[in-house]
Amino acid sequence: MGKFFAVILVIIAVLSAYPIIAHKYVQPEDISTHGHAIDEQLSDTMAESGFAFLGAQFLLAFFVWRFTARKEGTKVSHLPGGAKLMVVAAFILVGTEVLALGVFGQKAWASVYFTAPKPDDLQVQVQAGQFAFYFRYPGPDGKFAPLHPDKIDEGNSNFFGLDPANDVEARDDVVAAELAVPVNREVHLMMHAKDVGHSFYVRELRLQQDFVPGLDLSLHFTATKPGKYEILCTQLCGLGHYNMKAYLDVMTQEDFEKWMKEKISEQ
Amino acid sequence: MQEASPAQVHVHAPPTGFLRKHVFSLDHKVIGLQYYGLALAAVTLGMVLSWLMRFHLVWPNAAIPGLNFISKVGAPGGIITPEYYLSLLTMHGTLMVFFVLTNAPFAAFGNYFLPIQIGAEDMAFPRFNMMSFWTTLAAFVVLITAFFIPDGPPISGWTAYAPLSAIGSDAGPGLGWGQNLWAISIALFCAGSLLGALNFISTTLDLRAKGMTLMRMPICTWAWFITSCIALLAFAVLLPACLLLILDRTAGTSFFIPSGLVVSDRMQPHAGGSPLLWQHLFWFFGHPEVYIAILPSMGIVSHVLMASMRKPLLSAKVIIYSMLSIGFLSWMVWGHHMFVSGMNPFSSLLFSFPTLTITIPATIMTLIWLGSLYGANIRMTSAALFALGFISMFVSGGVSGFFLAQPSIDIYLHATYFVVGHFHMVMGVASIFGVFAGTYFWFGKMTGRMLNETLGKVHFWITFIGTYCIFMPFHYLGIVGNIRRYSSFVDDFMGPLMPLHKFITIAALITGAGQLLFLFNLFHSRFWGKPAPQNPWEGTSLEWSVPSPPPWNNFGDVHPVVYHDSYQYGVKGSKGDYVMQDSPEQVVGG
Repeated sequence: MGKFFAVILVIIAVLSAYPIIAHKYVQPEDISTHGHAIDEQLSDTMAESGFAFLGAQFLLAFFVWRFTARKEGTKVSHLPGGAKLMVVAAFILVGTEVLALGVFGQKAWASVYFTAPKPDDLQVQVQAGQFAFYFRYPGPDGKFAPLHPDKIDEGNSNFFGLDPANDVEARDDVVAAELAVPVNREVHLMMHAKDVGHSFYVRELRLQQDFVPGLDLSLHFTATKPGKYEILCTQLCGLGHYNMKAYLDVMTQEDFEKWMKEKISEQ
Repeated sequence: MQEASPAQVHVHAPPTGFLRKHVFSLDHKVIGLQYYGLALAAVTLGMVLSWLMRFHLVWPNAAIPGLNFISKVGAPGGIITPEYYLSLLTMHGTLMVFFVLTNAPFAAFGNYFLPIQIGAEDMAFPRFNMMSFWTTLAAFVVLITAFFIPDGPPISGWTAYAPLSAIGSDAGPGLGWGQNLWAISIALFCAGSLLGALNFISTTLDLRAKGMTLMRMPICTWAWFITSCIALLAFAVLLPACLLLILDRTAGTSFFIPSGLVVSDRMQPHAGGSPLLWQHLFWFFGHPEVYIAILPSMGIVSHVLMASMRKPLLSAKVIIYSMLSIGFLSWMVWGHHMFVSGMNPFSSLLFSFPTLTITIPATIMTLIWLGSLYGANIRMTSAALFALGFISMFVSGGVSGFFLAQPSIDIYLHATYFVVGHFHMVMGVASIFGVFAGTYFWFGKMTGRMLNETLGKVHFWITFIGTYCIFMPFHYLGIVGNIRRYSSFVDDFMGPLMPLHKFITIAALITGAGQLLFLFNLFHSRFWGKPAPQNPWEGTSLEWSVPSPPPWNNFGDVHPVVYHDSYQYGVKGSKGDYVMQDSPEQVVGG
């Protein structure tokens, strides 16, 4: 039974690692300026964890193969070096790994969170509500009008609670159901939730950030490749959660200007 | 007058009558079995729920016969609606985390064996002990009631994030009375667990037999003891959090709800609360809860391994110190569940380091288990197979923790199936493997009859291979970016992942069906199994020095005296290669 266990365990370990080693399942192409740091961190961690995973499983298989159901009366023996060796090994192997991953990994995190948005970035306000995202651009005046949650009226497409009758700045604000951004220009998202918690997740941007009711959060990124990408809600928000999505449309600067003009004329 | 020993003070009279013996029993052994029975009911239900979810994910339009009778609204014509999927998910998580992973390895086995292993006649507070079980049972009944009310079970997940969970029925189905029942149930569960934890701690510190120093206690006793300390602090935070949630929901307070929320076109009459407060309170409990689930299994596995290897671990002390440091570190890491929650991004770094550091004691333990196998003479029983399977699962589930402990990687993997794969393997499957190992090891002691070993081995192979087939692919899905908690994958992106989802579902159905073998084995062996000898596995600790099952006061009228530490294996004793803990004979060799 020991040998059988060992063989099955080795097969399981190899089959488990194969799809990863063979790149059968990989993250979609990165289209952000910060994403490569996250991807690199992911693949470094994969290499180190893979090594630990295979090493431990093979060792377990080998010992079980070797030390099961030996002759009656076989005297048991102990690993030379004993517990001390194991403790030292754990500290050296894992300690360095923890330090390395811990220290270097912070760079990628810092690139997302610890740099201030550029002054000339494109500001977009994002509102998440059950079960849709809406995006607001400041319009030609460059100013966002204040929000009045009591004025929210989805039937009349007043998703944000704007009050154009009284707020001059609200009259030119552009509201869209998709996030259109120009390529290679930094976008600064100002995020708030209308009702419950939601999240903003774009795989290709390597970005994920929760919306917290009552908090205004901000996030900035630069998309480097034109195309349409899914924006998904990843925070359980109610019965329509699985269907809550929008699209990120990364355009050339000219296309973006054209899009914006059309939107302004629709107001 | 001679002073009575603490053990003598706490003894209760022998039970008389059926009710006192088997239902409202003060006997820790009966209470342990009751907890086990409750966990068994919960795990069966929880597993059926996971079947329904997996079935729905890959065949969303196929009717499940009979389901419409359980919920006409949730499954009209037997087809699960998106909101009912979320109800199933919430109930699955709640049942498994609370009523299975906390009850089975900790409350059930701990209750049964902790007093015996330290040479006590019962728990320190037998009445509290009975109360903790009945409170937990009440919590279970309250939770299950949610299936049968018109509102249906809550849809906010087992984490019940506010304000979704706090607003009330405006936020969606199941969030009215369903969510109330959930919060009441968890509050009751916390109360029951607090009583249990206090009892475990006092019993361990107060009622040890003569000669049973702390370092002579078996590793599983240590594990239950450390777990009790964690549980005492963790449930003491979740209990008030649940009470605040109930107040927000019923008394118009705003602990977790800020102002200006418009839900279902209604401005909510709340102001000043913080949704992040709920997350902090919840995860302050939630992360230690992971260790509440896994530490007892680590203890059980160490205990089973030594009897199976016929030698002690390289160092029991190092295992105990590792468990203590894991317990200590478990208080500093809750924020790693909240890297992208909107809390201050600087605190993510602060939470990341202790999280990565936990890997060190976990690796030490793994290496000690592995290194101890060297030179062993393994007796491959069903219990040993599950103990070895535990090590494999613990490693597999553990390495994926490396990814999620790093905030930068978590940005991408958070809320994907990678997380689901990680915690199911390390907290779910590994912990359950510990429970299986304990069951095959101790069933004879608990019932007086042995489990069938052949069935046990078949059960192991189905479960071991099956769980890998289910949970390894979850990691692949996560790497591609497959989101969790979605009731269907209708879009272009996740559509191509369907074949892998189908594979998982089929594996889950087969592995789940394999558990019927275990249930059959339990019930069949309980009545018709081979009678269990006193010490079938040639173990050394005190539970093997009493009959199977032990009498109501465990040791008869004898007060056991302990002469050795718990694991004198691989020595020359009068009975073979081991010396019992309560045997005064000198230990030779080893």
